[in-house]
Amino acid sequence: MNILVCISKVPDTTSKIAFTDNNTKFDTTNVQFIVNPSDEWYALVRALELKETLGGNVTIITVGPTEDDAIIRKALAIGADDAVRINAHPQDSYYVAAQIAEYAKTKNFDLILTGKETIDYNNAEVGGMIAELMGWEYITPANKLDVNGRIARVESEVGGETRVLECEMPLVISAAKGMADQRIPNMRGIMAARTKPIHVVEPAPIDSQVAITHFEMPPAKAGVKLIDPENMDELVRLLHNEAKVI
Amino acid sequence: MSVLVFVEASNGKIKKAGFEGVVYGKLSGSPVTAVVCGEADAAEVASLGEYGANHVLHVKKNYDAGALVDVMAAAADKTGASLIVFPFDNTGKAIAPRLSARLKAGLVSGALGVPTTTEGAFKVKKNVFSGKAIAEVEIKTDKKIVAFSPNSVGLQKSEGTASIEEFSPTVKESKIKLVETKKLEGDVPLPEAELVVSAGRGLKGPENWGMIEELAKVIGAATACSRPVADAHWRPHHEHVGQTGVAIRPNLYIAIGISGAIQHLAGVNQSKVIVVVNNDPEAPFFKAADYGVVGDAFQVVPRMIEAFKKFKASQH
Ligand SMILES: Cc1cc2nc3c(=O)[nH]c(=O)nc-3n(C[C@H](O)[C@H](O)[C@H](O)COP(=O)(O)OP(=O)(O)OC[C@H]3O[C@@H](n4cnc5c(N)ncnc54)[C@H](O)[C@@H]3O)c2cc1C
Ligand SMILES: Nc1ncnc2c1ncn2[C@@H]1O[C@H](COP(=O)(O)O)[C@@H](O)[C@H]1O
Repeated sequence: MNILVCISKVPDTTSKIAFTDNNTKFDTTNVQFIVNPSDEWYALVRALELKETLGGNVTIITVGPTEDDAIIRKALAIGADDAVRINAHPQDSYYVAAQIAEYAKTKNFDLILTGKETIDYNNAEVGGMIAELMGWEYITPANKLDVNGRIARVESEVGGETRVLECEMPLVISAAKGMADQRIPNMRGIMAARTKPIHVVEPAPIDSQVAITHFEMPPAKAGVKLIDPENMDELVRLLHNEAKVI
Repeated sequence: MSVLVFVEASNGKIKKAGFEGVVYGKLSGSPVTAVVCGEADAAEVASLGEYGANHVLHVKKNYDAGALVDVMAAAADKTGASLIVFPFDNTGKAIAPRLSARLKAGLVSGALGVPTTTEGAFKVKKNVFSGKAIAEVEIKTDKKIVAFSPNSVGLQKSEGTASIEEFSPTVKESKIKLVETKKLEGDVPLPEAELVVSAGRGLKGPENWGMIEELAKVIGAATACSRPVADAHWRPHHEHVGQTGVAIRPNLYIAIGISGAIQHLAGVNQSKVIVVVNNDPEAPFFKAADYGVVGDAFQVVPRMIEAFKKFKASQH
């Protein structure tokens, strides 16, 4: 079983969010980058578990510049077999998805896994776009994934219910919480990752469709109103009369 | 600019996000065609006119997301729409990106308000960095798709009627089989809940959740929890909210015994009103709160339950 896991680089959640160039670019000064949590914890770890029981290969793919090799090594240390880096700045979701689809079309993957969304731009777009460009089925969010022969069985939590779905592979799945637990790379993994191959592939000519033109900070909160813990009637009154939420 | 809006329906009812989508569509352009997908009562469908729909295409079959991509592509073709609107919920996330890749229509997900078009540039704002910043995004393609964040424009009614037409385009057969549907625990599904009561490690153990459930029941809220609580199996994992759990946007979020770590806030800071109960006045959550109660949850929550009960009784 051959699985392709899409990995993206995001700023650590605790990073200070600031902008440069007249608020048009994200300021990366002193920002620590990590593998996007749902790509790492859910998609990659579940892919590795499936490989460990069923055999096969787990390849990770990133659309990004040379600097992304650092997070690629981290994912290799967790256990991926090899890596592909499409050597381009990720311009928008369509650009990223089209690059990944171009690459995947020339290979024989049974599954393509993405995270449900990245924690920087919160798009939740790349997985569906890859599926469409591959002409494959798509399931999101996937909270559980099992494989039985050629059939992938997925549990998907949508609108207060869990749907149990089955689909013949290949397909694209976007991984969300519940699918696996975080794995901390051990020393052996970290050493092995140093010699695992990162294949650098030049990008296909693709036009982006959207572009960020400006950033701004959200309006500040007015500040907390403290309420006497003995007087919960006052809280209820404020929620009803002032906040008008009950 | 002709607008097409995806409207989800089931068991006779139109989802709230469907009505909001029509309002969003009306504020963005005209004419507005709502594509109602799923079983919906005639009166529900007709009421879309009051929210701004000029025309309704009603697809009565229950299709899965893959088939709904075909439905929306056919509707876009039929109406020549230049803007297509989806809610940014799990259904929208399963359809909009595929439609975007198929129609070569640029997509913005998680839009906060309606688009602006100055000097021909179509721009819309969205949340980025889990709500810590807002980005303005330009769509450069002729056809455009916007997935709006729930509660970003709200519901506004006015006079108006819509013409209604049954719509049954051909769709590809899906390879995905629905084997089983299991209802999640809890009376109110969390992702769509207007009111949410959430608790964290401050509650000490799963045996203390009785008062949390009671509070939720009294006000008709869904229950949620912080990640360590779900990790320790004190609560089911679908209740886990935050950066690695579910992101929610209720009208009211009551956080009890939760410190307010940045990863937790990432999933809840879009709530309209936040109430925090914590015995540590230095807890970071107070900085993100609208109302705060510094006190012991084991004393405060029972009082809160009584106060809400009294309020509910006075409402009748
Ligand atoms: C990459 C990453 C992703 C993460 N994703 C998430 C996520 O999605 N969601 C999430 O929630 N966390 C997430 N976390 C974990 C997060 O950093 C915090 O550790 C977690 O949110 C803390 O949970 P808590 O507030 O319940 O517990 P604690 O931090 O232990 O806080 C308990 C709080 O209860 C208060 N308290 C104690 N006793 C009482 C009492 N009797 N009455 C009232 N208050 C009391 C304490 O003052 C304290 O503030 C993530 C962490 C990482 C590194
Ligand atoms: N630059 C990228 N390279 C590889 N995969 C990506 C990239 N950006 C996003 N993805 C994948 O697509 C998922 C959804 O991302 P997004 O649509 O940007 O929210 C992520 O969780 C990744 O799995």
